Amino acid sequence: MNDSVYDGLSEEHADDARWAYGTGFHDELSGVDRDIPSGVDGADLGLYCQMLGDDALVLAQRLAEWCSRAPELEEDVALANIGLDLLGQARLLLTRAGEVDGTGRSEDDFAYLRPADQFRNLLLVELDCGPGPGGDFAVTMARLLVFSSFRLSLLYRLQSTVDPVIAAVAAKGVKELAYHRDHAAQWVLRLGDGTAESHRRMQAAVDRIWPYLDELYAPHPVVARLIEVDAAVDPADVRAEVEDTLHRVLRAATLSIPSPHRESGELSGRDGRHTPELAEVLGTMQELARSLPGAVW
Amino acid sequence: MGAREIAEQVLDPELPVLTLAELGVLRDVHVEPDGSVLVTITPTYSGCPAVDVMRAQLRNRLQDAGYAQVNVRSVLSPAWTTDWITDEGRRKLATAGIAPPNRVGPRVAGPIPLNLEPPSATVPCPRCGSRNTELLSRFGATACKALYRCHGCAEPFEHFKEL
Repeated sequence: MNDSVYDGLSEEHADDARWAYGTGFHDELSGVDRDIPSGVDGADLGLYCQMLGDDALVLAQRLAEWCSRAPELEEDVALANIGLDLLGQARLLLTRAGEVDGTGRSEDDFAYLRPADQFRNLLLVELDCGPGPGGDFAVTMARLLVFSSFRLSLLYRLQSTVDPVIAAVAAKGVKELAYHRDHAAQWVLRLGDGTAESHRRMQAAVDRIWPYLDELYAPHPVVARLIEVDAAVDPADVRAEVEDTLHRVLRAATLSIPSPHRESGELSGRDGRHTPELAEVLGTMQELARSLPGAVW
Repeated sequence: MGAREIAEQVLDPELPVLTLAELGVLRDVHVEPDGSVLVTITPTYSGCPAVDVMRAQLRNRLQDAGYAQVNVRSVLSPAWTTDWITDEGRRKLATAGIAPPNRVGPRVAGPIPLNLEPPSATVPCPRCGSRNTELLSRFGATACKALYRCHGCAEPFEHFKEL
């Protein structure tokens, strides 16, 4: 009998050292049917898993930046919990990516050893929305509302994809994301329909975030090929549903709806062309792994 | 004791008043003809850090009981729901001061509706039974709990969120 439930972990890993910066715990996909569905290109599927996984991973890291710096203690806990849900989704998707693309890369290889131009996440999730001078709590909530609304609609449809791993991640994810979305919506409502100061800052927040909305629905050749074989969802198909949700929240919060267009057209997160803010957030996330390769504890 | 009975008695690391069976995460225990044990569990939340501890605990207990070869696998589908917490599990949660989740039931098909209203106070206080309670925080000390306050007895309490 163990005195502490956590003693079991050290016994478990007595002769199995872990990367100091990695997970190394367990094969996350044990027990999940992992054959590549027939007719699906493994390299394409791997890239799609990276897109979905990187969205979750990078936003999890951004949310973690609020730890101990949110407006109230409860919100520290909330943002950390939301980040943890997303990190769990990312681990499964990145493990799947390395399994189907033929490279054999692990979730840690993807998270810690890729440079910024190999990340496939949307620009939306990499933006510095605070804490600190780069943003504001209101901007973080505007982004969380947009992201969780979009990902909820996407994962809802991905429950019926032919890839058993994505389908299983989606089935778990929809429940989590619905909760994240409602949480963000409550804050946007509270700040938008609050004081003159909170309204001003909430409006500035949606004005800052909205230009990144068009990218969510942009077509991509890899996704297009996977849609043909029922392995992916066309993001354009969720646009009406997502906008309906977002507009309902903004109207209830007495906020005006900004344009979803952005001028600078050469950036494309899905193709690895990112803002400098991604390299900045990865610099923190990957610092230990890159300065002490192979470190264990 | 058989492998199933041993596995059923392993406690949840985050809520040690509940067994993994009562929490509904223990899906199957199968002893192969060669004596090896295959345990199937399902995680509560995608990022729940307790899953690794659950695996280790299951393996250690079964190995202590003489099952040399133990494999613990996790299945994601069908996704865990709080409806799988047993009646006994709910009773133990309430006794420990944690308000058990309401029954969710099968969800109707179609997009999940946005909820802009503050949650209605349908969570009775596990200490005094008052229904005059208030949500303090939608997130608590673990992924699966929210924080409430009772206006009847003035005590704060945790609520196991419906999932």
